[in-house]
Amino acid sequence: MFVGGRRDSELARELEAHLEMQIEANVRAGMSPGEARRSALVAFGGIENVKDRVRDQRGLPWLECSWSDVRYGIRTLRNRPGFTLVAVLTLALGIGATTAIFSVVYGVLIKPLPYPDSDRLVSVRHAAPGLVPRTSGDTFGSSASMYLTYRDQNRSFEHVGLWTDSELTLTGLGEPEQIRVLAVTKGILHALAVQPALGRGFSDTEYLPGADGPAPVILSHAFWQRRFGGDKSALGRTLLLNSRPSRIAGILSADFRFLNLTLQPDVIGPIQIDTNRIVTWDTVNQIILDNLNYNGLARLKDGVTLSEANADLARLLPIWIEAWPARPGQREAVTSWRVTPALRPLKNEVVGDIAGMLWLLMGTVGAVLLIACANIANLLLVWADERRPEFAIRAALGAGRGRIAAALLHESFVLGAMGAVVALPFAYAGLKFFAVVAPANLPRIKDIAIDWPVVAFSVASAILSSLLCSIPALRQAFHYNTALGSGTRSGTASRERNRTRTALIAVQVALALVLLVGAGLMIRTFQALTAVDPGFTDPEKIQIGRIFIPPAVIPEPERFTRAYRDILERITALPGVTAAAFGAGMPLEGRAFLSSISVQDRPDAVGEAPPTRSFNSISPRYFETLGIRLVAGRDITWADIDGTGNVALVSENLARELWDEPQAAVGKRIRQSRNAAAPWLEIIGVTQDVRADGLHQRPPSIVYLPVIRKGFNLRAITYAIRSDRSGQESLLTEVRQAVWASNPDLPVFNVRTMQDIYSASLVQTSFMLELLAIAGAIALVLSVVGIYGVLSYVVSQRSREIGIRLALGARPTALKRMFVLYGLGAAAIGVGAGLAGAVVFSRWMSSMLFDVRPLDPATYVVVIVLLVVAVSISAYVPAQRAMRVDPAETLRHE
Amino acid sequence: MSKHKSDVWQGTLGLMVLKTLNALGPQHGYGIARRIEQTSGKRLSINPGTLYPVLLKLEQEGSIATEWGVSDNNRQAKFYRITRSGKRDLARTEQEWERAKEIVDRFQSLKGEPA
Repeated sequence: MFVGGRRDSELARELEAHLEMQIEANVRAGMSPGEARRSALVAFGGIENVKDRVRDQRGLPWLECSWSDVRYGIRTLRNRPGFTLVAVLTLALGIGATTAIFSVVYGVLIKPLPYPDSDRLVSVRHAAPGLVPRTSGDTFGSSASMYLTYRDQNRSFEHVGLWTDSELTLTGLGEPEQIRVLAVTKGILHALAVQPALGRGFSDTEYLPGADGPAPVILSHAFWQRRFGGDKSALGRTLLLNSRPSRIAGILSADFRFLNLTLQPDVIGPIQIDTNRIVTWDTVNQIILDNLNYNGLARLKDGVTLSEANADLARLLPIWIEAWPARPGQREAVTSWRVTPALRPLKNEVVGDIAGMLWLLMGTVGAVLLIACANIANLLLVWADERRPEFAIRAALGAGRGRIAAALLHESFVLGAMGAVVALPFAYAGLKFFAVVAPANLPRIKDIAIDWPVVAFSVASAILSSLLCSIPALRQAFHYNTALGSGTRSGTASRERNRTRTALIAVQVALALVLLVGAGLMIRTFQALTAVDPGFTDPEKIQIGRIFIPPAVIPEPERFTRAYRDILERITALPGVTAAAFGAGMPLEGRAFLSSISVQDRPDAVGEAPPTRSFNSISPRYFETLGIRLVAGRDITWADIDGTGNVALVSENLARELWDEPQAAVGKRIRQSRNAAAPWLEIIGVTQDVRADGLHQRPPSIVYLPVIRKGFNLRAITYAIRSDRSGQESLLTEVRQAVWASNPDLPVFNVRTMQDIYSASLVQTSFMLELLAIAGAIALVLSVVGIYGVLSYVVSQRSREIGIRLALGARPTALKRMFVLYGLGAAAIGVGAGLAGAVVFSRWMSSMLFDVRPLDPATYVVVIVLLVVAVSISAYVPAQRAMRVDPAETLRHE
Repeated sequence: MSKHKSDVWQGTLGLMVLKTLNALGPQHGYGIARRIEQTSGKRLSINPGTLYPVLLKLEQEGSIATEWGVSDNNRQAKFYRITRSGKRDLARTEQEWERAKEIVDRFQSLKGEPA
């Protein structure tokens, strides 16, 4: 940018030489030295003038930056502190917001995952169009048998492995604690290229079942700090996980993160697998065909593409189906699922569906920055207008058009630089705010920071904004240099300048309209979501918490179910508890088990995949505790459970789907499909629908089974307690005491109220709502300020005209109307353009909307009315002031 | 203010510069101006404010190249020389001028209608 300095000095030397040669020639022709010099200078026609004309020829004068121009710019701006303050703050607001959101976009979407060559990492997923339609987008993980097939026969992977995360009870280190654990086969840590910072990783034999001694584990850095205070002697010590001894082999570095798990693992252990068995912690399973519940992860060989790898796996799947043991009929069933590989780049898996939301936010803050630029452009335009005499004088003194343009640009760049500097604290504060309001499950939130690419982005947006801001003023500047005569008097604004101003107002109004429509649609969505009946009542009064009884603590199912009932009885007896129950999971907790059902005396549909139903296992009084109405029949009783236990309840929508009437379902018999050995279950009741999968999802059809039944050992359960004391520490203490009275080794975890779960399911909507509302409000304020500024200026420019008109008898109201109509006319163009933009924008955000059409008329009408009122007011105030012009005073100035 | 010497017609100065450099070899700016004035028989006056932008333009187009050197009277000066592509440009431009001149000549030779 500063090459101009060197080129200028070269040019000066060249011209100096030219002049000297002329002088010498004059002397040779017989002139006196003084005369020779004067004559040469006259012939030369002004060195500065020549330089300017050469600089003009260089083109793009703004790329010629010199410190004197910058200093001049700073001096000019210092003479206008008010203007400078407003412009810098406006720019800083726009750049700061854009930078903050870009740091999120960069950290989450663009920055590579923190593993070497992370673009070669893929998640091994499968589609099964025979099981769920491909359109649902649902994919499945891998089975242990698939992993073995892939591991031994693939041609595409450098490493491939399985992982699964869960919770275990840690004892033997003081207080019992439920910790997050990750189990991995060989290949996972290799694919991620992870080495423990201290100690060692797992050896090949430790990945095989039947290894002697305690299983090795690797601790996370955070867990090591928390439980061992960072003491290196922790290596080699033994932990009890679900009462099973494990030896600490290694400790990870502080910056290791496993994919996007919101709850990062405290402890990593090996999945031990051979061709017969798979051992995960204390669970041993035979290797069979299906059970696609493991997560597969692989590193592609260098140069292998995703589709080549998919083709490779597609070749192996028929081999897989034939090669492994299966239950009777299972091989046919799995064949009918039509399993196909669906590898995904690991980054897509980690980032999930958040990309759309983040780019939407980026667009939003970009629009705010554009509005800010339009405002400053207008200010600069007004200012350039006021400076016409100055420009005219500079032009008369020999400044080329390029010089004047360069001066304007330097001022603009100085503004941009100051804006960028002030923007960084803004961005930092914005990021802090973002961290508070962002959904807790936002992936890679730890990767978000203001690092170098973000700073570079900030600088680039400052430069771009400076350029954008100065374009209208620059265009004007090219008309000034001949305007010495006319520039000193405030003539009526030229048509060209008026057009530019109108366009700038229109741009602001259009962008503000788009953002306000976005905010409006989110408000409507939020209203619709909160108006939805979730199916349960008084979520703030329902306390929930989870308990897990490991086999090592109580091995026999009869005894641990007894313990669950004991604990329930103790909790029910607590003061202030009106009802209590437990189950496999609560609504919105995401623990539903999915399967299809068969109905007695009704043939299963042939050919197509039967619809899947949600299954939940519950204790008596579950519905009473949650406030779910019984529509027909009766609740489960302990007598049912102690008897055969072959009973079920179904949700109203399932009853209506199968038997048209809730009442008609009672007494019918169903069972889980594909398990011909299971007994038929008699439907004893029908319950109100519950939005168990999320408020924005249709209520699933649910089958409720007794929580305790033959051959079904549910070791992890959720308690629900209805009490006015929910959420209070005193109740939680009493609940913990009730649990420990039954068994002192059991931690209570995931303690929260249903209100917490309910709010969490709204968090993405409220997050988008807050950010769009803030952006919309900023846009509205900036636009109003911009329109007010332009109208004030237009009024002051035309005060002469107003004075003459008033003197000639024009009515003030008619004149006021003229100015307001000018503002509204410009706004109308903006509304037109904005409507087109809003239609596109609202379609873009349609996946975030609930129960609101993207073209919701109410939202559009309210936003347009709001804008028209705001524009009218911001135009009326300056128009009102114009009427105070004293006609006599104006005319005297002529 | 009237001028007794003509300004250079728009677009022709570049041709004159190239022609001069082609005939006389590398020259500095002052030298070019003097040569052109001499060649025109003092009918042209070359203003530096016109000459230097044209030199820069020709340099940007690649028709001429520059280097610093020492003038006859031992003064540091920037020398311009015609490049190969400059020579091609010159040949083409000369042809165009030739054609334009012919056309203008034909019109010049038209006789007025007899009165």
